Formats: sequence, structure tokens, C-alpha cells
Amino acid sequence: MAGAAIQRRLNWAITEVVELLEESPRVRSVVLMSPGWAGHLSGQHIDIRLTAEDGYQAQRSYSIATPEEGDLLTITVELVEDGEVSPYLIEDLQVGDQIEIRGPIGGYFVWDEALGGPVQLIGGGSGVVPLMAMLRARVRTGSDVPFRWLSSARSHEDLLFQNELDGMASRDGVTVTQTLTRSHPGDWSGPTRRVDKAMLDEYTWPPGDRPLVYVCGPTGFVENVATSLVEIGHGADLIRTERFGPSGR
Amino acid sequence: MSDDRHLDGNAVGGLLLEIFGREMTAELECCGHCRAVNPVAAVHVYLEAPGVVVRCPACSTVLMVITELESSHRVTFEGLRWIEPTKW
Repeated sequence: MAGAAIQRRLNWAITEVVELLEESPRVRSVVLMSPGWAGHLSGQHIDIRLTAEDGYQAQRSYSIATPEEGDLLTITVELVEDGEVSPYLIEDLQVGDQIEIRGPIGGYFVWDEALGGPVQLIGGGSGVVPLMAMLRARVRTGSDVPFRWLSSARSHEDLLFQNELDGMASRDGVTVTQTLTRSHPGDWSGPTRRVDKAMLDEYTWPPGDRPLVYVCGPTGFVENVATSLVEIGHGADLIRTERFGPSGR
Repeated sequence: MSDDRHLDGNAVGGLLLEIFGREMTAELECCGHCRAVNPVAAVHVYLEAPGVVVRCPACSTVLMVITELESSHRVTFEGLRWIEPTKW
């Protein structure tokens, strides 16, 4: 199944917007229906192509936020000021609109139950999106692979998937830690600084448990976290990273 | 070598799939200069250069440059020693 999904040739396909969800003031989820979608792995992304009336095209990559679910897939898009694609997706796109996508793409930054665990997910900003697909896949398949989640956001209003994560954190085998780096409510009980070695020590799987570690976020975040992970003893071969930036998505 | 302007091989997964006809990001590549072996997903990618510039994550040697032509792409293999479809 997965093999077929990965090996299939890549063609642009028309999809229809079936639902829009406001996740935060700057982030929106777009649920797309892609007739005949061949399925995807958690962590994969799609490319989106917008074409202006004069023929000008702009293309960006967006991680899929949901595990395989028939013809449906959800992307979660963060507004990039002065961006070419995200302002349209967040401010103009309507239910019923059609957009062109291709995918699924990616065979490295993916998780499925056959890979086992324990699993450590570490996300910065909207880098949590592909990690959410992995965590949702774990819950949906009833997997008992233990997961730990550590994410970093600027402020409380920037936290994504908050209610869903709270619900998952009460399950056996899932722990959720979120850090707020710029501002936090008075009653916030989580950490309030950037991810550092002490935070990794306190909240993530120790190297001795040999976790599979997935790190996704802006380039600086990913480089800092990956370097710290290696310094505290994680094997580089167990760390998978994905960087994103304004030009890529 | 580190700066904040690059992304990584995941960001060109679609482009590589379009050009080579198969998913490449989980394959291994070897740098012709320092001989570091990494998953294609881990290479450093500069999208804002003229064309797409792919560099070795260990020594920054230019491995590959992809330029868009009228209806296709030209792939220039600069410092790439090999790509092997071994799954990571």
C-alpha cells in the first residue's frame, strides 16, 4: 500500500475545498477532497500550485496534518506576511473552491506503526503539522507505541491543536509538553523558554531508550534541536529532520 | 556550516519525484568532496538561488543544481558522487 503510494508518478490533480477550520489567528486548516487519492503516510506533504489569471504560477509545499482517510486530506497553513500562497489560502479560499495539488511526497520524514518506537516528536511553530499527523495516526490505529510530544510556540494564542492535544495527553502512552517562548498566561504551568538541552533532558525520551526522533520547524529551530540531541547522546541515525521556511511553504 | 537561509531535501521531494520519477528523499547520497553519506532528505537546499542549489550538509560542497527550462528541468551534477536507492 505505502509502496504503491510512494512509487506512483507525480501528476497535478484538482481537489475541492470541503471544510475550513480556524486554528489560530494566523493559522487555518484546509480540508481537501481529492477523488481517487491513493493514500499517504503520516509526515508526507503535498505541493500546491496557484495560477493567476495572467498565467503566473506560484507553488509551495504543505505538510498533511491528518493520517490517511479515504479521499480526504487536511493541510494546516500558517500565514507568511508578504507570502505568495499562504495569504490566499488563509484569507480568500472558500469552501467549494478548487485547488491544484500533487503528492503525496516524502519517504523519509514519515512514521507508521511498523517503524515502532518509542517516538519523540519535537516541533517549532507550524512545524507541529506533520508531527500531528503521526500522533493522530497513532491514536486512530489504536497503536500502543509510546509517544512524547514537545512543541514550542511564541504565545498561548499561537498554540495549535490545543484541545485535541489535551485529550491525547490523558491517554496511556502519550505525554505532551508545550513551551511558550515570548509570552504566557499567568496560570501557565509549562516551560516558558526556547527548547534547550535542559528541556530535552527533562521532557523527552533519554538516549538510552533509543527513541525515533522527528524534529520539524524553521531552519534555526531544527539545527539547534538536532545539535543538542546529538550532544546529549542520541544517535544521528535515529533523528529525522524537516526544515521549512517562507520560500518553501 | 550553518545558516538560516537553507531548507532541506524534503523541500525538493516533489521536484525530484517529477524529474526522476520516483520518491528520492529516503535514498542515500554521497558527497564527492568529503564522502559524507546522508539521506537525500538531509541535504541543504537553497530555493532562492537562481535555480535550486543542493549542498552537502557536512561540508557545503555544491552537489547538484536544478534549473528550470521552458518545459523541463536541467540537472547539473556538480559534487555528487552517488545516489543509491537504499531505503534509509
